[in-house]
Order: sequence, then structure tokens, then C-alpha cells
Amino acid sequence: MCILTRMSIGHTLLGLLESGPRHGYDLKRAFDERFGHDRPLHYGQVYSTMSRLLKHGLVEVEAIEPGEGPERKRYAITEAGVTDVARWLATPEKPEPYLQSTLYTKVVLALLTRRDAADILDVQRAEHLRLMRDLTERKRTGDLADQLICDHALFHLEADLRWLELTAARLDRLAREVSA
Amino acid sequence: MTAAEPLLTADGLCKSYGSTPALDGADFSIRPGEVVAVMGPSGSGKSTLLHCLAGIVVPDAGTITYRGDELSAMNDARRSALRRSDFGFVFQFGQLVPELTCAENVALPLRLGGTSRKEAARAALEWLRRLEVDDVAAQRPGAISGGQGQRVAVARALVTAPRVLFADEPTGALDSLNGERVMQLLTAAARDTDAAVVLVTHEARVAAYSDREVVVRDGRARDTARAA
Ligand SMILES: Nc1ncnc2c1ncn2[C@@H]1O[C@H](COP(=O)(O)OP(=O)(O)O)[C@@H](O)[C@H]1O
Ligand SMILES: [Mg+2]
Repeated sequence: MCILTRMSIGHTLLGLLESGPRHGYDLKRAFDERFGHDRPLHYGQVYSTMSRLLKHGLVEVEAIEPGEGPERKRYAITEAGVTDVARWLATPEKPEPYLQSTLYTKVVLALLTRRDAADILDVQRAEHLRLMRDLTERKRTGDLADQLICDHALFHLEADLRWLELTAARLDRLAREVSA
Repeated sequence: MTAAEPLLTADGLCKSYGSTPALDGADFSIRPGEVVAVMGPSGSGKSTLLHCLAGIVVPDAGTITYRGDELSAMNDARRSALRRSDFGFVFQFGQLVPELTCAENVALPLRLGGTSRKEAARAALEWLRRLEVDDVAAQRPGAISGGQGQRVAVARALVTAPRVLFADEPTGALDSLNGERVMQLLTAAARDTDAAVVLVTHEARVAAYSDREVVVRDGRARDTARAA
């Protein structure tokens, strides 16, 4: 699994909080289990992300257990946080290479929070096709160099779309595994 | 007819083969001159949708309206007449008559419609030229390449100036380069004649030649452009 961007780590942690309040260490464990296979989060990343989310009012500290250290804080998602997750899931990613980890994360989070994961794939497909149309049009009006450059991008976008279709066809299975 | 008015509309189409539902509440609409890609995995019902829209298959339920007339209310003869006069078809392969030359193949729909031999031959040659395959006019389909065959098929589908061109995986049997060329020529010719194109394909690069896409999954058509 590739590295998620800073922004999507925040959204992912938020999404994980939607199913119920969690402690910092518990959040990290849930993240690593589902999304961090070969790149677990550092505690530092978790706490810097959580303080950013706190500052923006997307989470709140629900309880602090006795003892030392930030891992004793129990975080809960706020209403603004839920809205933020929903907006993130509904917004297609800018088509670019190595998008799979972000899309995979979105699909799994949608399943975890009982949203429509097929919607995410549909919205993303439309976004990819929009760019593919632009490139196809550029190819029509361009010279051979334009055509070759556009073709390279088109083949990559097509590969993304094949992954989207395959994932769409396996959503039921993924939903069972995620909720197991 | 204004640009905003759909040319062909389908609402709630259902069609089963035995106990297999091929379409299960599919909606669709296309405007004059529009190229709409029908996408979806194999077996999702794309071809069945195309066959219903073209009046080849009668749906079990739902309505299809073409220029204000309900297709399902027409008798077979009227529907066949409509197919000949207003619709053109391109399939994956095997649509050319092997005994006829390419020029005769392209002229055939005009001849069946009563056009004189001379005029049909002239129009056929013009369309072969447009699709850049006039050099194979005198050849029979067995003697030409797959890419040339598909271009001849597109010429034959457009020679009658149809309002709707139905293309079911028109590049499915071609390599990338030939597929691209067929799509470029097909969409350019359709735009020149203002024909609407229902383009069934499972390939994204082919769908990228469309104005918008409709996705069929498990017999249900979903218009992502409209949903967005
Ligand atoms: N003539 C037919 N007889 C029986 N079953 C059919 C027939 N045509 C299609 N089907 C079935 O209907 C479903 C949809 O088929 P089709 O419309 O050809 O899908 P697609 O074009 O998307 O691959 C499939 O399950 C297919 O097996
Ligand atoms: Mg088919």
C-alpha cells in the first residue's frame, strides 16, 4: 500500500471515528490494520493529525483517562467532522497515477460507515472519463507528439478504470470482509 | 425539434430471457447529434438495451419513445420500416455480406430502399472515401483486414443518413490503432451528419469518444452525467 497524503490520513482517521469514539492508540491500530500494511502510522503522526482535527472542530476530546500522555485522550467525531468525511468521500480524486490507495481507503471507509461505496466508484469513473475525453479531443487536434503523450496518459487512466470496475464487481465480498 | 429534446428515450425497461433478467428497470435518453457510451461489465445487459432501443427486441415492460412515438405500440412491420429508414447498425464483426463487394455492401441499404443502382453506387463510393477505404471498393469482405471491414461497415450504416447509429462494440475485434481510427472516423462522420450514436463498449478509451456515458450494471442503466 502506498503512502496516503497528509490530508487523506486526516480523513481516514475521521472516518474511523464515525463508528464510535476511540483512544489515540486504538485509532492507530485500526488504521494500521486496514490501511497501513507496509507503512504503519507513527504515534507522532496520529497526534499531530488529531490536534489539527481538534483545532478545526472536526473532533472533540470526549474523555481523558487518568495518567500521563496524549494516548489517554478519547476522541469523538463532531457533526462537522461527519460532514467533512461525507464531502471527502463524495468528491472524486484528481485522476493521477497511484491513486489506488486513496480510492481503496475511500471504498473501505464508505463500507465501514454504511455509505454507498458504489457511488464513490461511479463518481470517480465519471471524473476519469472526463479527463480521458479531454485527452482524446487533444489527440484529435494535435500532432504526433501530442498523440503519443496523450496516449500514455490514456493507457494509465484506463488501467485505473479497470481497477475501479474490478472493485465494483467485488464490493459485496469486500463489504463482508470489512464488517467481519 | 430543439437540441434539448431527446430523440430516443427509454423508461423502466425490463427484459428476461427465461428466468435470466437481462434488463431490470433501465432508463436511457439521447438527443440528436449526441454520442452516448453505454458501458458496463460483460453480461450486464448493454446489448439487450441496444436491441430494445433499436426495436429489434421487444421489452417485457417499460416504454421506448422515438420522436414522440412509442416503439412498443408499433407493429412489427412499422418497426422494421423505422429501422431501415432511421437507424444504422455497426456490430463487432460479421455484418458484411461475403458474396458482395465492399461497394455493393455499402450500396445495399440504399438499393433495398429503392434508390437507383447508379445513385446507390455513387453514394457508396463517396462513403467509402469518407471512411478512407475506397481502395477496397471492388474487394470482397473476405479479402480485406478487420479494420478495413469495420470502416466499410460504418460506411454502410451511415449511407442512409440515419438519425441514430447503433454501434455494439464496434472496435471489439480490432487492435488499439485500428480501433482508434475507426472511432475517429465513426464519430467524425456521425457529427457531420448530426446522427446520434448509441455506442456500446466496455472499453474506457473507446467511451472517451462519447459526449457522456451511461453505465449498466445488473440490467440497470445509470446515467452518471444526470446523477452528478
Ligand atoms: N438471446 C439470449 N438468450 C438468452 N439469454 C440471453 C440472450 N441475450 C442475452 N442473454 C443474457 O442476458 C444477460 C445480458 O446480456 P447482454 O445484454 O448480451 O450483456 P452485455 O452486452 O452487457 O454483455 C446475460 O446474462 C446474457 O447471458
Ligand atoms: Mg454485448
